[in-house]
Amino acid sequence: MRWLFLLLLWAAPALAQTMPADRLADPAAEARAQTIGREIRCMVCQGQSIEDSEADLARDLRRIIREKLVAGQNEAQIRDFLHARYGDFILLRPPFSFATALLWGTPVLALGFGLVLLMLLRRRPTPPPAALSPEEEAALARLKDSP
Amino acid sequence: MSKTSRRLLLAAPLGLAAAGGVGFWYMLDGLQDGSYDPRTVPSALLGRPVPEFSLPPVDEQPLAGLARADLLNLPRPVLVNFWASWCVPCIIEHPQLMTLQREGIPVFGVNYKDKAGDARAFLARRGNPYARLAADEPGRAAIEFGVYGVPETYLVDRQGIIRWRWPGPITTEVLEQDLRPLLRRFA
Repeated sequence: MRWLFLLLLWAAPALAQTMPADRLADPAAEARAQTIGREIRCMVCQGQSIEDSEADLARDLRRIIREKLVAGQNEAQIRDFLHARYGDFILLRPPFSFATALLWGTPVLALGFGLVLLMLLRRRPTPPPAALSPEEEAALARLKDSP
Repeated sequence: MSKTSRRLLLAAPLGLAAAGGVGFWYMLDGLQDGSYDPRTVPSALLGRPVPEFSLPPVDEQPLAGLARADLLNLPRPVLVNFWASWCVPCIIEHPQLMTLQREGIPVFGVNYKDKAGDARAFLARRGNPYARLAADEPGRAAIEFGVYGVPETYLVDRQGIIRWRWPGPITTEVLEQDLRPLLRRFA
């Protein structure tokens, strides 16, 4: 029983690939299809691309990509087709727009914030204290002499 | 660098952090009362005409199928409801669809990736809210609409423009708070 479980674990990544029946016979075209598919979000299991997902919708979208490739459409046309229906969210690399500005800008903002913090922490050192006045020297000597 | 410009430079990141904090506070607030859900995706088709599609009726029942032409030049706004007999949230929204049907609001059903027999049994048991009943077994028309799960409902106005999309079940709250005002507005 245990070996069966281990075998399934080992086979899991292979199962998550495009089903052989859906693959294109031409390896170059299939590679293009997978390149497109890896940039398309699976809307059901949102952290995965459709190439990595076994959801029904992901499988349908993989088929559509392959049909359109065979019909002679290019990468941009296929991406535009999906983008027009599912919006920015379907692209794993969303385009830069007003709505996604914060998304793209966050790393820059975080870097700037860190740099300013660093500047604040490394501000010029405080000047050394002024030399003691004669009165203070005398007071200090008195303190040192007293037991 | 003058003293004021130094001060400004120091204030900039603080202002930014404060703005970020306010943003996150609103986001968390929305998450809590349900008005903001990061997992729901706004439809790309809002304000756009219904896509090109044509679907046959569900087998062995009297209602007609559905095509793009049936959604243009309507006497009143209609709902297009993607559903399936295997879909549990579809059971939750079913009574609300029946309410709409009783009030005379046309609900056009698209039966998504389902067997005709199962669909008929579902409606025989719970009642049929639909004025049209199309079968989308391959799920291609759903992709034209940008559907990513059932149930999903679209409000189409009299000119065939998509005015509202609701992913997930139409609960009584959604019906009263979201849908009814829109039905009045586009009547």
